[in-house]
Amino acid sequence: MPTIKSSVAGHASATGEAHTHEMSFLRKYIFSTDHKIIGIQFLIMSLVFLLAGGVLAMVIRWQLGFPGQAMPGGGVLPDTMAPDGIVLPEFYNALVTMHGTFMVFFAIMPLLVGVFGNYLIPLKIGAPDMAFPRINMASFWIAVPAGIMMIAGFVVEGGHAAAGWTSYAPLSERADLSGVSMGQILWCISLIILGLSSILGSFNYITTVINLRAPGMHWFRLPLSIWALFVTAILVLLAMPILSGAIIMLLFDQTIGTHFFGPAQGGQPLLWQHLFWFFGHPEVYILILPAMGFASDIIANGSRKPVFGYASMVFAILAIAVLGWGVWGHHMFMSGMNPTLGTSFMISTMLIAVPSAIKVFNWLGTIWLGSVRFHTPMLHAVAFVSMFIIGGLSGIFMASTPVDIYIHDTYFIVAHLHYVLFGGSLFAIFAAITYWYPKMFGRMMNPFWAKAHFVLTFVAYNFVFFPMHQLGLQGHMRRIFDPNEYEFLQHLQGLNTFISISAFVLFAAQFIFAINFIASWFVGEKAPDNPWDDNGLEWTVPSPPPHGNFATIPRVYRGPYEYSSPLVQEDFLPQNRELPPQPAGSAAHT
Amino acid sequence: MNWLLPPGASTFATEIDWLYYVILWVTGIAFVVTEVALVWFLIRYRARPGVRATHYHGNVKAEVIWTSVTAAAVLVLGLMSAGGWDRIKGRNSVPGDAIPIIVHAKQFEWQITYPGPDLQLGTADDFTVRNQLHVPVDRAVNATLTAEDAIHSFFVPAWRIKQDAVPGMRIQVWFQPTQTGQFEIACAELCGLGHYRMKGAVTVHSQEEFDRWNVNRGQLALGQ
Amino acid sequence: MKRILIASAVLSLVACGGGDEGGGAVDTTAQGGGAAPAAAGGGSVTGSVTFTGTPPANPTIDMSEEAVCQGKYASTPADPEVMVTSGKLANVVVHVKSGLPAGQTFPVPSAPAVIDQEGCLYHPRALAVMVGQTLQIKNSDAVLHNIKAVPTKNRGFNISQPRAGMTTERSFTTEEITVPLECNVHGWMHANIAVLSHPFFATTGADGSFTISGLPAGTYEIEARHEKLGTKTMSVTVPATGSVPANFAFTATTS
Repeated sequence: MPTIKSSVAGHASATGEAHTHEMSFLRKYIFSTDHKIIGIQFLIMSLVFLLAGGVLAMVIRWQLGFPGQAMPGGGVLPDTMAPDGIVLPEFYNALVTMHGTFMVFFAIMPLLVGVFGNYLIPLKIGAPDMAFPRINMASFWIAVPAGIMMIAGFVVEGGHAAAGWTSYAPLSERADLSGVSMGQILWCISLIILGLSSILGSFNYITTVINLRAPGMHWFRLPLSIWALFVTAILVLLAMPILSGAIIMLLFDQTIGTHFFGPAQGGQPLLWQHLFWFFGHPEVYILILPAMGFASDIIANGSRKPVFGYASMVFAILAIAVLGWGVWGHHMFMSGMNPTLGTSFMISTMLIAVPSAIKVFNWLGTIWLGSVRFHTPMLHAVAFVSMFIIGGLSGIFMASTPVDIYIHDTYFIVAHLHYVLFGGSLFAIFAAITYWYPKMFGRMMNPFWAKAHFVLTFVAYNFVFFPMHQLGLQGHMRRIFDPNEYEFLQHLQGLNTFISISAFVLFAAQFIFAINFIASWFVGEKAPDNPWDDNGLEWTVPSPPPHGNFATIPRVYRGPYEYSSPLVQEDFLPQNRELPPQPAGSAAHT
Repeated sequence: MNWLLPPGASTFATEIDWLYYVILWVTGIAFVVTEVALVWFLIRYRARPGVRATHYHGNVKAEVIWTSVTAAAVLVLGLMSAGGWDRIKGRNSVPGDAIPIIVHAKQFEWQITYPGPDLQLGTADDFTVRNQLHVPVDRAVNATLTAEDAIHSFFVPAWRIKQDAVPGMRIQVWFQPTQTGQFEIACAELCGLGHYRMKGAVTVHSQEEFDRWNVNRGQLALGQ
Repeated sequence: MKRILIASAVLSLVACGGGDEGGGAVDTTAQGGGAAPAAAGGGSVTGSVTFTGTPPANPTIDMSEEAVCQGKYASTPADPEVMVTSGKLANVVVHVKSGLPAGQTFPVPSAPAVIDQEGCLYHPRALAVMVGQTLQIKNSDAVLHNIKAVPTKNRGFNISQPRAGMTTERSFTTEEITVPLECNVHGWMHANIAVLSHPFFATTGADGSFTISGLPAGTYEIEARHEKLGTKTMSVTVPATGSVPANFAFTATTS
């Protein structure tokens, strides 16, 4: 494969700018084409949305934990949302919709792909920047109006979209059924614009990984984080247009009188579900694959040991990405589609458990025989593995179609999705942020408070989401404003209240992370180039790296996981460190 | 944490609950093995002065074994589930003597049309009741689900049945209750602001009680 | 720059585009100015609406699913479709259909028109409001009601009132006869709101009587509308002061 051809001065031609004179603040930090700045811009925007999504969850948990009671501080909300501080049912539906929408599209996805895809790819492959830096800048600045539009839905007449983040038609397209008109339209337009941002990012990542790897950076010497981001970018490129297409159809039904999903005029409600989930299932792999990649890098580092079965890990990523296109129907077992499809989707869904299981075993195998350092990123990465095991195993219940009859659309599903998205993706994001923070900001986060945040989060998180399995097994449905309306659910109020209180603790604990994040940026201990003794190329340059990353393009001699190598005394061996020629038959690696 | 399911009251509940407990055992064992291994490794292989990690890249044989075991386990669970799915949701699975009813889901109520004493839909003795499902015990009932406006989902937890009602579609769902008593219908698909209280009252009668109710209602329908 | 232009183009498209309830009407709220005062002075039309013959039996409502409402009735409640008391017909909206000078505007009454949900029924079942006048919806039941308005010319709404004592206010921007109101939690609940561009209307109560006052002298077509029994019209000539009678008689067959 072609690797980088240009020399040092290449970075000037790549960005098209002269770097001999100072750039304005605006050019350098606001409208920057530097992948590192863009990554940090995505980081700030995504963390704001993560906080907002958490606030929405707190209101949901207030209503479920203390139904019909005035929320502290609820008086600031208008009467269309919570008169006398008591949440209205239609506002509750908007809350669950927007919690999901914010978290999936504006928090987790950009944190994994927009932040770390941008920040890590050029650095870890030995490139000065992305292949298309200006398109990269556009990708961020297109996401901003999408975000503003998505927030604006809260203040329009009729309130925000309230048909679930899955926006099933006909409810989502009929204002007379939902009471929501403008909010649902804004939801649609915002996501179409965000999709464009994602697509622009994805082909940038793909091109960069294929074309800009440093000499010696063969495909099978790429860190698993890069493999994961690369494959994820392909999924984004293929999946987002499907969502955009479906949403455009929905938007047209809402506004210009088409009837794609309206049965009275010959449309099909199920068509929306097929289109949405055909996007939606690859989307959930977009939300987990980069997390798995970060976990592999950090666990290898924390264990001081190569990843167990690197090649299988790569093939597992590819298998998940490919098989992920064939399972979308498992979201639709109860939808009314032909039952025979239920059986075929069940089999494909059961099979996709296998590559995920391979990855779990290999993470265990990486720690086995290691010498484990419990730095904060390692704590989060290990939590990721242990929570992902739970999330993955709970998926087997719903893959079995008869069992899914009972647990579909209950809190068992809510538990599962939060175990993979929070227990999985979000812990991996905390691992990645705490790991690469020194490189991004040139400062170390305070380790004591970072660990305190981890412990509080891990404990509170399990108190919130593990009991949700029990709620679901008792038949507690999702998206239910007041479960006490049902006699068979009344005995679960105590459990709901317990979950809500745990959720308030969980939310409060995040402020430790927020304060640590902000304060360390200004007063944190200065970070060395390589605080974790990692082998990756990004740790061979200063923290933070200069514009253009590398003074000279590095040459790569080995894979990224040569920890505790017998070839050297240190327990790590950077990818670009040249060693004297080894005698034949020694432990040399490709 | 209670891993037990609440009591079931239909023929399907027996099959579904059994499958659930099988999966619970299998995943429970996998859970214990992996999580204990994780914790054990973290303790056993924690960094100690002077001890270096083993430079080990992997073991293909081990990987082949655990991959095959996993694949076999999930495939077996899948095949075990396939039969049950067919028996419950298969279009040819409805018993011939099932009592036909129509369940029309609408914001925010269940309109249930009964065939009357002749047990035939579409005749003069049919009658419609709102939010009340009356069925006899130990008889199969075949409901045709329709929806007026949004997608709703007909869920009776005690019977372990759930089926979306989709506007524009007629979807069959059949069931056979095994216990008399009172149960509840819940809507299990977000359908608007009243979704949370779109409930119905289910009464499973003895055959004699059901016949009396049925004849009574049928006569009222003819009289009107 | 281009991004900002695209964003503002999209945003302005969004702001101008509407829902699918029909075009948003131009605000016709009048605040005096050349208007005939509807208060003191002017002629009036007085009369009563009767029902001849045996009124049809109103269907009974099975409220057993809502114990809170069912408990408010001594016997099985009936749906008040046709309410006749001693030959007098209630819930008839009587209004001026034509005859007012073209283009004339009238001040909007400041007092709201009130509709209450009590015993899981709307009270009154028929109501008339003026364009721009506040419609106040009250919930006197300790249960969830949703109030769904399905107009064709106005902007609709679908809102909830989960608790007793809650009030919500809405208004309409375009004349429309009538806007149906329904509750989806209690599917038997129906009401109709006539939205008029002038204040010359009245609704009959149990005694079937109505008075429309403050009319300038002239000849008018008066319409009486009943939700189930249809409409009847008559022409009256109103003097500058004083009252002129108008009586409507409905029967079981719709007109």
